[in-house]
Amino acid sequence: MKRLVVGAHYGLRDWLAQRITAALMVVYTLFAIGVVLKHQPITHAVWQDLFSRGWMRVPTLLFAVCLAWHAWVGVRDILMDYIKPDGLRLTLQVLFVLLLAAYLGWAIQILWR
Amino acid sequence: MASASAKKIRPKYLSLPAILFQIRLPVPGWVSILHRVSGALLVIPFTAWALYMLDMSLRSEEGFQSIARYFELPLVKLGMIVFVWAYCHHFCAGIRYLFLDLDKGIELRPARITSWIVIVAGLALTAVLGALLW
Repeated sequence: MKRLVVGAHYGLRDWLAQRITAALMVVYTLFAIGVVLKHQPITHAVWQDLFSRGWMRVPTLLFAVCLAWHAWVGVRDILMDYIKPDGLRLTLQVLFVLLLAAYLGWAIQILWR
Repeated sequence: MASASAKKIRPKYLSLPAILFQIRLPVPGWVSILHRVSGALLVIPFTAWALYMLDMSLRSEEGFQSIARYFELPLVKLGMIVFVWAYCHHFCAGIRYLFLDLDKGIELRPARITSWIVIVAGLALTAVLGALLW
């Protein structure tokens, strides 16, 4: 019997994206801790120099992208669980997309100033 | 057994006292709800706060110094402790979920043991990082 697939079936993709971004953020966290420990004591000059380098900027940008994507799946799950009126949920979802996009824009601005 | 279950009043309705005092969440349930709470806190306000501090500290020497002074404020330290806990708990619980997704540790006993490990590890990491911060 042929299964009738309904819905947007974005569930698996989002679920997988949340896991992959989580794993990448674990790697970045350990990397960032290592970098900070290796460059003690952290002065302004050391700090600014670190974030002027590609090997720090690019992973940090990727972390920010992972964070925004991962957080979006989590926020959407929470809103779907607790906010029942469709209009309110949709409004909040839009606001959170904007917030996460703003975070990402801010991160890029900080990294490439 | 049969008589004990027969005495229970059914249906049982959810009320605030029932939620607070009668329904006991199992340890994996605590890990789960704390994972959700910490995740929500990390979205609002902690990501914004971290970006603000990163922005200020990279902007200029004065900005860096002002963040260093900012860290001396007790309220900021308290906020940082909560931030660190949210990150550590979310981190540890998240790693547990990645293993659960691979069908590792899904039996009752390992699930409870790893739940305790996650809760304790989150608090221990917070204590260590908090001590460094203070």
